[in-house]
Amino acid sequence: MKPGVWGSAAVALLVANMAYAAEVAPNDVKVEDGTVAQSLTGNPGDPEMGAKALANRGLGNCLACHAVSALESEQFHGDVAPPLDGVADRWQPEQLRAIVVDAKKVFGPESVMPGFYSLEVGINVRKDLVGKPILTAQQVEDVVAYLSTLKEGD
Amino acid sequence: LVLAFSANADPVDEELVIDDIPMVTRAAAPEGHPFDEVLSGWLFREAETRETEADSFANPGMLAVERGADIWNTVEGSAGKSCASCHDDAATSMKSVGAQYPKWDAEAKRPINIELQIDKCRVENMGAEPYKFDAEGQVALTSYIKHQSLGTPVKMDLSDGELQDWWEKGKELYYTRTGQLNFACASCHEDSMGKYIRADHLSQGQANGFPTYRFNTGGMVSLHNRFRGCIRDTRAEMPKAFSDELMALEVYVTWRGTGLSVETPAVRQ
Ligand code: HEC
Ligand code: HEC
Ligand code: HEC
Repeated sequence: MKPGVWGSAAVALLVANMAYAAEVAPNDVKVEDGTVAQSLTGNPGDPEMGAKALANRGLGNCLACHAVSALESEQFHGDVAPPLDGVADRWQPEQLRAIVVDAKKVFGPESVMPGFYSLEVGINVRKDLVGKPILTAQQVEDVVAYLSTLKEGD
Repeated sequence: LVLAFSANADPVDEELVIDDIPMVTRAAAPEGHPFDEVLSGWLFREAETRETEADSFANPGMLAVERGADIWNTVEGSAGKSCASCHDDAATSMKSVGAQYPKWDAEAKRPINIELQIDKCRVENMGAEPYKFDAEGQVALTSYIKHQSLGTPVKMDLSDGELQDWWEKGKELYYTRTGQLNFACASCHEDSMGKYIRADHLSQGQANGFPTYRFNTGGMVSLHNRFRGCIRDTRAEMPKAFSDELMALEVYVTWRGTGLSVETPAVRQ
């Protein structure tokens, strides 16, 4: 291979690393007393993107288990879990971040809620998903930003 | 606000009668079972789906049963025999047989289900090839044989060979979380039984209706196909059909439905 190709690959890698420099990797997230105090990305979450990630079946698919009145236009809300209406009255953003990152560290190991930014997962993970969390760090921030808008009386 | 779960989220309180035969859809659970009562998946389905299963003329799964009857009488393989050559009328020879599977296969030293027993007869008694997993003939013949047990309560003999060990292994797997989503069978069919997971009403995940007809796909679904689908939905690699894992699960899951009538071919959405 020509040296020039290696060079540009290295630069691309460097740029990619810089873009994620501020991002906390799944295994480095610390859930303490049911909270994750710091943003995972250093960037504020976007509630609109968060609502999309929450409803999208390939991403959060949170509606599989939770109902959200504000997302009435989405079909089929599950009732495996409590509705998320008014969830921001019950939990601080730091707590919501912990719940989304790894619900089992908040509700206990028996919780059926998946950890969306955790690598403590089940056995035999599909090969292309090994080592990958369900949501990206930014998607977690977006979802937390959206959840923080869910106040009762909205 | 009208959400999908505003429909009744509990199993219905109704009787199921198919071809004048009353089905046991609720049974006292065997000892050691996590529930007090075992419930047929039929009780969790929508009215239209329930009605279709209750009417053999409307049930599209009966086409697979009829196809199975044809195959039963068809000569195949180098020995020039059909199933009927040895077993005559399935209504007599196969009556209630499907309700007792899986059994212990002493030669293979592992559990055997109807699909594998069919293959055994094809290879050893007919000089024919074993079926590929989910081949049309495999599903049809399995449906036909199970249908001869319509109404018979599921009852395995766990003292047969080493079935008890496989039951233990199956139980362990039932509670093992798999995949990126980190769910065990029990997460959905035990902890969340009776709830809506999006549009799907979660049942106890019983095996007594298999193979089942599914409106979704417009075809029959075998038990190992269903197992694989549920495991895939946890975002895990799927074990092979008839692998040790899935045979152990079949032993354990079938036992969890002890006392429920065989309903093959059950109807699901
Ligand atoms: C498979 C089911 C399931 C999925 C999918 C799921 N959750 Fe949950 N969630 C639960 C359960 C169950 C609880 C209740 C606590 C418990 O028992 O674990 C819960 C609790 C919560 C709570 C606390 C609710 C309260 O009012 O106290 C929040 C917030 C939450 N989930 C957010 C989410 C978000 C956001 C997603 C998607 C990114 C999601 N959940 C996906 C099952 C689920
Ligand atoms: C040449 C004879 C022969 C042919 C042909 C044959 N079988 Fe068998 N089959 C047997 C024998 C022998 C047994 C074992 C009897 C026993 O111990 O129950 C058996 C057992 C079975 C059993 C288990 C019965 C039980 O009580 O557990 C099933 C099911 C079965 N056969 C289905 C089939 C099917 C389906 C075909 C056609 C694809 C077929 N057989 C073809 C001889 C035959
Ligand atoms: C993420 C949720 C989930 C998990 C985990 C899961 N299932 Fe299911 N399963 C379903 C849904 C949804 C259905 C269709 C509705 C129903 O019958 O409960 C279903 C249906 C079934 C059925 C058919 C029931 C019938 O009456 O037609 C069986 C059998 C079954 N599952 C077994 C299993 C086994 C064994 C496992 C573990 C290897 C498992 N499931 C894991 C969600 C799940």
